[in-house]
Amino acid sequence: MTEALLRIEDVSKRFTLHHQHGAELRVLDHVNLEVASGECVVLGGPSGMGKSTLLKLIYANYRATNGQISLRQPEGHWLELSVASPRQLMWMRTHIVGYVSQFLRVIPRVSALDIVAESLVEDAIDPGHALEPAREQARAWLERLRIPERLWHLPPATFSGGEQQRINIARNLIKPRPLLLLDEPTASLDADNARTVVDLIHESRARGAAVVGIFHDASIGSAVATRHVDVSKFRSAP
Amino acid sequence: MTQVTLGAALSALPGTAALDDEPPLLRADRITRRFGDRVAVLEASFELWPGEVLAIVGESGSGKTTLLNTIAARGEPEEGVVEFLCQDGRLHNVHSMSQAQQRLLARTEWGFVHQNPVDGLRMDVSAGANVCERLMGQGVLHYGQLRARAQQWLERVEIDPARIDDPPRTFSGGMRQRLQIARNLVTQPRLVFMDEPTSGLDVSVQARLLDLLRQLTRQLRLAVVIVTHDLAVARLLAHRMLVMHQGQVVESGLTDRVLDDPQHPYTQLLVSSVLQP
Repeated sequence: MTEALLRIEDVSKRFTLHHQHGAELRVLDHVNLEVASGECVVLGGPSGMGKSTLLKLIYANYRATNGQISLRQPEGHWLELSVASPRQLMWMRTHIVGYVSQFLRVIPRVSALDIVAESLVEDAIDPGHALEPAREQARAWLERLRIPERLWHLPPATFSGGEQQRINIARNLIKPRPLLLLDEPTASLDADNARTVVDLIHESRARGAAVVGIFHDASIGSAVATRHVDVSKFRSAP
Repeated sequence: MTQVTLGAALSALPGTAALDDEPPLLRADRITRRFGDRVAVLEASFELWPGEVLAIVGESGSGKTTLLNTIAARGEPEEGVVEFLCQDGRLHNVHSMSQAQQRLLARTEWGFVHQNPVDGLRMDVSAGANVCERLMGQGVLHYGQLRARAQQWLERVEIDPARIDDPPRTFSGGMRQRLQIARNLVTQPRLVFMDEPTSGLDVSVQARLLDLLRQLTRQLRLAVVIVTHDLAVARLLAHRMLVMHQGQVVESGLTDRVLDDPQHPYTQLLVSSVLQP
């Protein structure tokens, strides 16, 4: 196995609800996991076990209560999320980690095409000149994910759930990042589009990306997994 | 579909170590501001880099506007230092500059967008003259050039260029706010301060302004400090946020982290008090 890209060491996540008499929700405990380039780790276990929470911790959307989550940077240094500055975390999201959430957060008045192209433009040295080539790539992604051309120039607020999900996939995979986090990316897709997503995951791995994903459909999980991890083992005794 | 191998895409990438070498554009260090016995801001600190949008959120009386005015050199702190990265590549204390230097900075490299456009516009001169005032201050005097720039900027903020000779008194609230933004951005400032720029507007008008602000900050790589009580505005525009409560910064971090996993009791109260439409 190649060297790990993601290393999770003894991580726990508790939510303290200060306005519910300090109630504490213990979601994850003692998570230990390493993921290397080219791997696709599929998170399993019943709902409510903290699968999405684990992805959110890796994306630094949630903060770990204990333990360390580290990502290997291209030049070999490790970035440890609990001590990283917000600026380092922004860099990490731009260059290292792509995250397909369950729902697309729509931006008023921005077209589907530009939402998909955005990540290719945002860190370009000259955004003005980067826009057209980025849109060219975005068109290819929308075509591949079977979004009808008449929708490309509309903001996705009124699109169906499946269309929004495919926009979200294209938006977050268009830029090749070393680690992909996928939270039920095929939940509302038909069979053809689900198969396309499976192909995209295989292609990302072939490129050298590591993937951590949640799939409600066990057959899709099996089609992409190089390893299964049952998240329910990361619980302390109640 | 273009497939770039990861190795090729990443080999040129400098890593986070390179981030540490770049000085911030703005640094506020333990700012304290008092009005008589009342502490308005207590030991607030943050740094801001080029292209970053920072939201300061909190309810009325939390000190957020006082903090904004203090860092924009519109008031002096009792304690603490505000430094700005000037053209010479060094950080300078904005409160120990001469008034002339502060004014120059405010008219060229900074912008300030007021909540009420009446405070940031000249209501009785033409829209074109409002946009061009800063340019004329910089010595651009050619009438044709000024008019062309004014037209470009009116279009950019989605105001019909045919209105160039009309005074903003004849404009709607949303148009006035967009004109105030054009007036500030025409000299391509590196840092813009915004005080509740959307809160005086109808919701439908707000969305258009927010989208415009989002586009412009990204296209121009503007650094922005925006004060808002509206968490949705912070979510849409800001990379990072500071939460203020009773004059103190109680929580800070990436915008989505603070909103989705708030740690401080006050932030939890703030987030849970918002109705989700």
